[in-house]
Amino acid sequence: MRKPRDIGAILNRRAFFRGTLAFGGGMLLSGMIPGLPGAQADTKGVFIPNAFIRIDRSGGITLIMRHAEMGQGIYTGIAMLIAEELEVDLEQVTLEAAPADPSRYTDSAAGEEVTGGSASTRDSWLPLRQAGAAARIMLVAAAASRWNVPPESCAAQHGQIIHVPTGRTLSYGDLAEEAALQKVPEKIILKDPSTFRLIGTSPQRLDTKPKSNGTAIFGMDVRVPGMKIGRIMASPIQRGRLISYDSVAARAIPGVVDIITLQDVIAVIGDHSWAAIKGLEAANPQWDSGPHAAVSTKTLMDDLRRASDRTGLVAKNTGDVDAALAACSHRIDAVYELPFLAHAALEPINTTLHIRPNGADVWVGTQVPVRARQEVANATGLPPEKIAIHNHVIGGGFGRRLDSGSIGQAARLAKQMPYPVKLFWTREEDIQQDQFRPFYYDRISAGLNKQGRIAAWKHRTTGSYVTARWAPEGLQNGLDTDTVDGAVETPYDIPVQRNESVQCEPEGLTTLWWRGVGPTHNVFVVESMMDELAHLAENDPLDFRRSMLGHSPRGLKVLNEAARKSGWGTPLPSGHGRGIALHYSFQTWAATVLEVQVTDDNAIRLVRADTAVDCGPVVFPDAVRAQIQGGLIFGLTMALYNEITVTNGRVDQSNFHDYRMMRINEAPDIRVHLVPDLSADIGGIGEVGTVAAAPALANAIFAATGHRLRKIPFLSQMAGKSA
Amino acid sequence: MITIRINNESHQLDVTDDMPLLWVLRDILGLTGTKYGCGVAQCGACTIHIDGIPTRACQLPVSLIGDRHITTIEAIGNTREGARIQAVWLQNQVIQCGYCQSGQIMAATALLRDNPNPTDDDIDDAMSGNICRCGTYVRIREAIHQAANNA
Ligand code: FES
Ligand code: FES
Repeated sequence: MRKPRDIGAILNRRAFFRGTLAFGGGMLLSGMIPGLPGAQADTKGVFIPNAFIRIDRSGGITLIMRHAEMGQGIYTGIAMLIAEELEVDLEQVTLEAAPADPSRYTDSAAGEEVTGGSASTRDSWLPLRQAGAAARIMLVAAAASRWNVPPESCAAQHGQIIHVPTGRTLSYGDLAEEAALQKVPEKIILKDPSTFRLIGTSPQRLDTKPKSNGTAIFGMDVRVPGMKIGRIMASPIQRGRLISYDSVAARAIPGVVDIITLQDVIAVIGDHSWAAIKGLEAANPQWDSGPHAAVSTKTLMDDLRRASDRTGLVAKNTGDVDAALAACSHRIDAVYELPFLAHAALEPINTTLHIRPNGADVWVGTQVPVRARQEVANATGLPPEKIAIHNHVIGGGFGRRLDSGSIGQAARLAKQMPYPVKLFWTREEDIQQDQFRPFYYDRISAGLNKQGRIAAWKHRTTGSYVTARWAPEGLQNGLDTDTVDGAVETPYDIPVQRNESVQCEPEGLTTLWWRGVGPTHNVFVVESMMDELAHLAENDPLDFRRSMLGHSPRGLKVLNEAARKSGWGTPLPSGHGRGIALHYSFQTWAATVLEVQVTDDNAIRLVRADTAVDCGPVVFPDAVRAQIQGGLIFGLTMALYNEITVTNGRVDQSNFHDYRMMRINEAPDIRVHLVPDLSADIGGIGEVGTVAAAPALANAIFAATGHRLRKIPFLSQMAGKSA
Repeated sequence: MITIRINNESHQLDVTDDMPLLWVLRDILGLTGTKYGCGVAQCGACTIHIDGIPTRACQLPVSLIGDRHITTIEAIGNTREGARIQAVWLQNQVIQCGYCQSGQIMAATALLRDNPNPTDDDIDDAMSGNICRCGTYVRIREAIHQAANNA
């Protein structure tokens, strides 16, 4: 979900901050504040100092959320950043989703209004504290001028300005009208971290109470007066065409009101979902099979294998790797394989639209509101400013809602209807029409020197370039850097290293970002290979890693912490094993030790995981723990169970019976240990937990059984092996 | 016309016999707290109580309900165990995206009422029909234990 075109921008921006600002003290900025358009005088006396804050005369304080809440707790984290500097309590604020508006809500590091790449907190850390501080300074100025006292004699706290010498107070609501007339400050001094009231604490999340009593409104729950509900089905083979359907039978279903078609899509519209579901069944659409009917997992695999014989684009090359490998007395040559994956968020794809001749409203949960609006504009011919995107909390993102194609599809259908309509995908549609995490086919060779350390390392990955479709301008000389993220920069001291990447697009499937993106792919290969090499060197996997972390002190710290907390090296019952994995992803260091039990019949029981994390300054510690816990389960689910396969151009899996989710009885105990380096740059967290899951599990299964698993999912690999 | 009792209110419905309760709740009555996740009794997002028994609304034709009493997430807080589970859910910050959590809370409430002191195995038995894609299981377990201890 990180866009490679942005990596440069993110790094440059962070380098700038490092060079000019000290985290430890107050921050002084002059000139333009990123993301802070000027104050807008509002005739109604509402104080809108910037795009993120609105204070009305009655004292209502609204914070506008430019990042989508999909469970990661970002609404609370961002509200904490603003409220910290605005000097309001979380109980005093109301949150509102930002509209699609690139002029006000572009994430300047990401280059668009987007939630992804585990970047929301990182990209908000400075500008949204500045937004809160700017508003506070204007409120102080308004109070000082009302009282005719120096601003320095006033302080802000709990939504009030207090005149310290006299104890007089004015609420922010009282000051809204006058604050709106104040100049937007050019210099903003942020609070010293030692005085933080909110940042670093774990308040009650602001989005969860309505989620506990059924009142939260997800996109799927939107109800608009006069709304109809439609079920969508697209051609089960990409680019197949709808050739016929039984209109009479569909319309005979009580409650069916309309049948709408595109070349490759049909939607049956009803008064309610049941009419739409039954109506589509009755319509029994027939498709021609189109150009991809011969595609199967085998043909896709053959393509990948063939492509992997080519020399790829070179992402890193230090020394003569082939010569160095040839000189190694001990080496391993391996192929690792990672399958296509569906996102399977629990809330299926849905969009509610009301398209009128002169404008449109769209109710949806999206990670990319501006792209969503453009999709609707393209489908309808309406100018984007006439299209309102009402963003909603999302029932799981994981990268799925970084794509807006489903919104365009819905708009092409809905523009044929004069009434508002909710168009939804069933679970089956959601899995089969997903845009999949690419299959990766990785060849890797590595060798040891006489001291048992790594002497040479050669890694070639082959797979789809998501960036080429999603943000083609982000390719770097043709290279999708996401395909080598986590492979080029490993934590380890490796003297001779070569990384290559080969693009191979799967026929008839579309690919997309998936939680953990490049690191989830590459860290499986790198950390499994590290384990293989440790055993080749007849060394302990922990000690082997420790011996090569000269340039990664934070890596050594999290590794040691995870090892200590997990009891690494202490005896285990027979059939049990511990696996370890270390990585640096999304600017966060993390190490995981996973303990498993493998029974005589090859059943795998996940016993316990310990993850040590250093993500730099921590805004919301409990959310960090929750993301590691959930992210790890997300990754373990994939590693054990998941693969999307294709037969005759069609996806074989369709629902949770054959695209299996981990359940509570299968989940391990997970302990998260925070060891933050407060002087480091702030790191991301939403995808970090997922990254270590597969290698930690593969290494644990090896420790328990001696079987090395180089292909995901593991459960089907285990079948047929005897313990 | 079918008459059903939901959250202590009677509703007259003009729907076909085969319509699953899930769609009656969501689309006819506007009780959208009960979620659609799979439609085939795999995920538990649609869990409601029928006379206190946790049941998958996506697989329950409305005509089979008769005069049994339905409780949904919108009213579960009116029961002692439901309010308790909602409180420990918030205290333990169980909820992530929240889409599964109506179903989780309905399942956990029924467990706590039938078994005030569930073991880990009891929790596995009662909760393994409810998928959480966000992976909140560690906290679900902790929250149920907490609810039991302080009940
Ligand atoms: S929607 Fe009923 S069990 Fe999934
Ligand atoms: S909280 Fe997201 S599916 Fe459970």
